[in-house]
Amino acid sequence: MTDKKIMLGNEAIARGAYEAGVKVSAAYPGTPSTEISENIAKYKEIYSEWSPNEKVAAEVAAGASISGVRAMVSMKHVGLNVASDPLYTISYCGVNRGLVFVVADDPGLYSSQNEQDTRCIARAANVPVLEPSNSEEAKEFMKFAFDLSEKYDTPIILRTTTRLAHSQGLVELGERKELDDKEYERRPDKFVMMPNMAKKRHVFVEQRMKKMAEDACDFEINKAEYNDKSIGIITSGIPYQYVKETLPNASVLKLGLVHPLPKKLIEEFASKVDKLYIVEELEPVIEEQVKSWGIDAVGKEIFTLQGEYSANLLRKAILKQDLNIEEQKSVPARPPILCPGCPHRSVYTVLKKLGIHAAGDIGCYTLGAVAPLNVVDTTICMGASISSLHGMEKAKGKDYIRNWVAVIGDSTFMHTGVNSLINMVYNKSVGTVIILDNSTTAMTGHQDHAATGKTLMGEDTYMINIYALCKAIGIENVYEVDAFNIGEVENIVKREVQRDAVSVIITKAPCVLLKGNVFKYKCRENSEKCKKCGACLKPGCPAITKKCDGTIVIDDTMCNGCGLCMELCKFDAIEKVEV
Amino acid sequence: MAVKNIMIVGVGGQGTLLTSRIFGGITLNAGYDVKLSEVHGMAQRGGSVVTFVRYGDNVYEPIVEEGQADLIIAFERLEALRHAHFLKKDGVIVINDQRIDPITVVTGAAEYPENIIEQLRQEHKVISFDAMAEAKKLGNTKVFNTIIIGVAASKMDFSKDDWLNVIENTVPSKTVDINKKAFEIGYNIGVKES
Repeated sequence: MTDKKIMLGNEAIARGAYEAGVKVSAAYPGTPSTEISENIAKYKEIYSEWSPNEKVAAEVAAGASISGVRAMVSMKHVGLNVASDPLYTISYCGVNRGLVFVVADDPGLYSSQNEQDTRCIARAANVPVLEPSNSEEAKEFMKFAFDLSEKYDTPIILRTTTRLAHSQGLVELGERKELDDKEYERRPDKFVMMPNMAKKRHVFVEQRMKKMAEDACDFEINKAEYNDKSIGIITSGIPYQYVKETLPNASVLKLGLVHPLPKKLIEEFASKVDKLYIVEELEPVIEEQVKSWGIDAVGKEIFTLQGEYSANLLRKAILKQDLNIEEQKSVPARPPILCPGCPHRSVYTVLKKLGIHAAGDIGCYTLGAVAPLNVVDTTICMGASISSLHGMEKAKGKDYIRNWVAVIGDSTFMHTGVNSLINMVYNKSVGTVIILDNSTTAMTGHQDHAATGKTLMGEDTYMINIYALCKAIGIENVYEVDAFNIGEVENIVKREVQRDAVSVIITKAPCVLLKGNVFKYKCRENSEKCKKCGACLKPGCPAITKKCDGTIVIDDTMCNGCGLCMELCKFDAIEKVEV
Repeated sequence: MAVKNIMIVGVGGQGTLLTSRIFGGITLNAGYDVKLSEVHGMAQRGGSVVTFVRYGDNVYEPIVEEGQADLIIAFERLEALRHAHFLKKDGVIVINDQRIDPITVVTGAAEYPENIIEQLRQEHKVISFDAMAEAKKLGNTKVFNTIIIGVAASKMDFSKDDWLNVIENTVPSKTVDINKKAFEIGYNIGVKES
C-alpha cells in the first residue's frame, strides 16, 4: 500500500509547513493562495489566522519569527504589494527562526487584476526565491525554505503560480519536525532598523545574497539533467513540466532557487549545450541576468511575456511544429457572473436605474462592471474604491460626484477600505460609500474576517461592527439596509448622494452561497400573466431564460428565491413558492 | 501505460470539482501517477470551467492541450461545443444534455447554438443523456453529477466495483447510497450507448 496522497499544490504547501515545524501562520485570502491557510488550519499544532490584510499578516509572521518560532505568511501576488513594506525591511533584519513568504502569481489572470511577477519584487528586496514545479516539490521546498532561512538569516519567498497552486499531484507524507523554540535575544543591531543599524545590515544583505549565489551551485534543487546536448533549456517551476513534455530528450537545467541565480552552474550548463533556451513565464528575470553575463540564449524573442505557457506553445516556438489543431468552434462567450440570488445584483439594479457610476473594488461585485449591469466604472486594487472617489471629489468638486458612489465589500473594507474612509473624514470629503456586506470574503470561497465573528481556526470571536466603526470614525450618516429591499435602497441612495457630507450605506444580506444560508422560497413564472416586457431579465440573473415566444422561464434548480425578479415584474407574473 | 487525458468541462457551480476528486481517487488507487488541474476563484462564478485529469506511468504537465483528450465529460451542451477541439481523433465526448444560457445569450448579444449534439456527432463519438431528468426521477437533483460520472466511467478502464468504492470514500456518508444508485444509472446509460 502506498503512503502517497493526492494533494492540491496549496495543500502540499500547508503540509510542508506542518512538517517543517511551523508554529505561526497568517494570511489574507486571495486566489490562488487561499487554500494554503485553509489547509494549515487543519493542523492543530499550528496557530493560524486570517489577518485583515497582507501587511498585517507579514508582520505577524515576522514577530513570531523574531520571538523564536518558525513562521509563515501566504498571499497572492498583489498581496505582496501590500506586504512589501515589511518585506523590504525584514530582509535587512533577517530572522531568529525561519520565516517564509508564500506568494502565488497568476499568469493568465484567472482571478486577478494584473499579471505581475513576484520575482521582480524579490530581486528588489534582496529576498531569495524558491520555485517548486509540482505538489511533491511544493511540500519539500517549503521545508528547505525554512532551513535556508535560518542558515542564511533571511526571509525566503516560495513562489507558486495558479497552475501549481490549483493542480493536484502525488505527495509522500513525512513526519513533523518538532523544534524547540529558539531563545529570544535582544538584538537592536539586527531588529531595530534605524539608519545606523540598517546601513550595516545592508552590507550584510549584499554578502548574504552573494554567498547564497555561490552555494546555490551545489543545492540539490538546482539540477542539470544532461541528455541530448544540441538543445539546452534553463527553466523552473511549472514551465519545467511543459519542457519535459515537449522535449523529453533535451538537456535541462532546472532551477529550484530562482533568486539569487547559481551563476557558475548556469555558465557550465551553457558551455555544454549547443543552443540555449530560457523558458520562464511572465518577466524575463532569469533571461536578463544570464544574458548580462555574456551568455548567448534565446528567450522572450520567441516566448510571450503574457499568460501561461503550455507544451503546445513550446512545440510551436522551439520546434516550429505545425500542430494542425482543429479550430475552436465559434461559440458564445461564458464570462463569470453574479450567482442567482446574489445580493450585489439587487443593489446594482438600483444603481443602474438611478444612472449612478460606481468606483469599484476587488471582489465578486467587480462583476458589476460588465453587461448587463454596467455599473462599476473603476477597479484598481483593494480599498481603492473609497479613496479614488475621494480623489474625484477633490479634483472636480462635490457636485461632480452627485451621480457617483464607491462600492466595496465587507472583507475588502476591513482589508484597506477603512483607511480610505478615515481619509474622507479627515480631509472633509463629500461622497457616498456603499459597503456591500455579505458577511464573508466571497470571491475566494467564503473566508471569515474581522467582522464575521469567527476565526480561521473556527473559534468564536468579537464581531467588529462595521456600522459602529463608521460612526466611531466620525461619520454621522451611516445606514444599514436589507440589500434586497430595493425600494429602501433606492430612497437612501437618492437622498445620500445629495448630501454635503460623507455617507455610508451598509447593504446587508449574506452571500447566497454561504454555508448555513437556507432558502425557503423559489421564484416561479406564471406564463399566462407574462407580458414579455423583459424587466426581470435586465439584472442578468442566470436562472431566468427567455423562451422562443418571448415569455420567461425560471430554472428551479438554479433559483435561490431572492425575489428580485418578482419585485421588478409589474404584472405579477412571478410568484414565490415555498420549497 | 501511456498517459490518458481527460477533461471535465462545465459551468461554474455545477459541481465539477467533486467529479475531479473522484477521478483523482480512482487513478491513485490503481497505482498511477496522476495530476489534476482545476479552476478556482472568479472564473467559478457561473463562468466556463475546465478540469484536467491526466494519469499514467509518468505525468509531467498538469493540463490537457488541444487535440489530446481521450475523453471529455461535458456537464453542459455549449461547453461541449466550446471544448470539442481538445478531443483526439478517436476520442469520446460524454454530454449531459443540459442548456444553461451564458449571460451573452441572456442579454441578446449572442445566440445559443442549435443542434449542438448533431453537429458534434458528425465529427466525434458522442454519448448524450439528460442527467438532470434522471436525477429528478431518483428524487435528488444534487446527484446529477454522479450520474454523469457513471456514464464516463463506462468508457474507462476501471472496474465498476473500483468506482463504487471511490464514491463511497469521497461523498458525504449520508449520501453514499443515493450516489451509488445514481452512478449505476449513469453506468448503464453508458453501457447501452456503446
